[in-house]
Amino acid sequence: MKKFINDPASVLADALNGIAKAHPDQTVDFKNRVIYRAAPKEAGKVALISGGGSGHEPLHGGFVGYGMLDAACAGEVFTSPTPDQMLEATNTVNRGAGVLHIVKNYTGDVLNFEMAAELAAAEGIEVASVVVNDDVAVEDSTWTAGRRGVGLTVLLEKIVGAASEEGRDLAAIVALAEKVNANGRSMGIALTSCTVPAVGKPTFDLPEDQMEVGVGIHGEPGRSRVAIEPASKIAERLVTPILADFQFGDGPVIVMLNGLGGTPLIELYLMYAEVAKLLEQAGVSVARVLVGNYITSLDMQGCSVTILKVDDELLGLWDAPVSTPGIRWGI
Amino acid sequence: MAMDNVTVETLVDWLARFDSAVTEQRDYLTELDSAIGDADHGANMARGMTAVMESIGAVHPGTVGELLKTVGMTLVSSVGGASGPLYGTFFLRMGIASGSVTELAAPDLERALRAGLEGVVQRGKAELGDKTMYDTFFPALEAYAAAVAAGSDAGPAIEAAARAAEEGRDATGPMIARKGRASYLGERSIGHLDPGATSAAMLLSTLAIAIAR
Repeated sequence: MKKFINDPASVLADALNGIAKAHPDQTVDFKNRVIYRAAPKEAGKVALISGGGSGHEPLHGGFVGYGMLDAACAGEVFTSPTPDQMLEATNTVNRGAGVLHIVKNYTGDVLNFEMAAELAAAEGIEVASVVVNDDVAVEDSTWTAGRRGVGLTVLLEKIVGAASEEGRDLAAIVALAEKVNANGRSMGIALTSCTVPAVGKPTFDLPEDQMEVGVGIHGEPGRSRVAIEPASKIAERLVTPILADFQFGDGPVIVMLNGLGGTPLIELYLMYAEVAKLLEQAGVSVARVLVGNYITSLDMQGCSVTILKVDDELLGLWDAPVSTPGIRWGI
Repeated sequence: MAMDNVTVETLVDWLARFDSAVTEQRDYLTELDSAIGDADHGANMARGMTAVMESIGAVHPGTVGELLKTVGMTLVSSVGGASGPLYGTFFLRMGIASGSVTELAAPDLERALRAGLEGVVQRGKAELGDKTMYDTFFPALEAYAAAVAAGSDAGPAIEAAARAAEEGRDATGPMIARKGRASYLGERSIGHLDPGATSAAMLLSTLAIAIAR
């Protein structure tokens, strides 16, 4: 293992220190491991909290700021944060209009956020939750923990964040979050495993000439393991199952071509060219595009594609001003 | 005081034994979890129980309810993953059901265990055969209840429960996981004991030892 670390046990604490020093628009509660906006939202607006295991940066802490999240709870690498962190964050960001918890569908995250929501409700705070589950790689969700929450989380945090700045109430925010979750799908592929610092060796063995199709953001197995192919073929393996799973019609859609942490941007752009070609062939018009590292899996080489069908409402919210370390425009 | 009642002291002894068990078996639990999960069950449980023993040492809970609620809250805030909320809820609900008493008679312990298990089911939504800790807890509670109904004291009843727990744990081997990260493996999860079912069996066997003393 060759990484920029001091001690495998202090990776998260040391990284939070860097976040606090790098981003004056954010404040870090080191004890509870929560990242907040330095300037809280005004009273009467719904607050948004997300969180999860670390190692997916910029998700979620990098999306704390105007137009997106109010707070992000950081767990250990690939381990859910705990309810006391989430409860502390919920109490801190509540501006009297209720709090939405944005949860990726992983058992640990779901259970911990559920407990936090119960504890917050017992303290009289109105809390609602949305569980993002967009990963089409998980086929049979009746007999599993269900589809995992991956790339769509980024788009949802942006869109719902804009709506909360507008001053929409909690019920409207929940309905919007459900709408985004219902209209988006993702699929990922890994060329290499990732290495968790505390473990020190790759999470799974992937031979040099193989790739894992449908990988999860912690290196969970996907649909199949196949021999490496040209980028144009790999793009088909990502786009085809997404288009088969949801009727995107002729669009418009927002597309995110996301790097998993260890793939250079030149390859991500190359992949986006292939994805764009496939969408054009399928007659799906693309309204907006993000290419870059937004929800990563430590040092994994690979990428994921997220496609969200949008209407004027969603597109307007997407274009609204946002200012976070991870996404910034219109300001 | 009935001779066989379970006191706060006995429960603290139980928790110390469970702490030692998960610490000693840390690598084994992690090995089970590497096969079908995310390889952190041993480390998470050991960290959680160490924190529990520290909390108990600092708080010195006087009642069963206070003790078990302290355990639950500590686990919830120190374990993370799925085991934190599940074990945390188990102890919290046991504590709430027990209230401010200083000892539990056999039927009181049954009521507490049942409340704990109901909390686990409510939280995890597992069913029998899903290859989870519920596959250990459910037969254990059935065995305990049957023994108490037949007039047993807590000691022999919890011994029956511990035996049923071990059988329940072993039965998870051939099951296909339907909950948690193991469920993504589908049939590839067959042939591995469930880590949560395994630590749950340790929880019951250490309780049996503590009560037998």
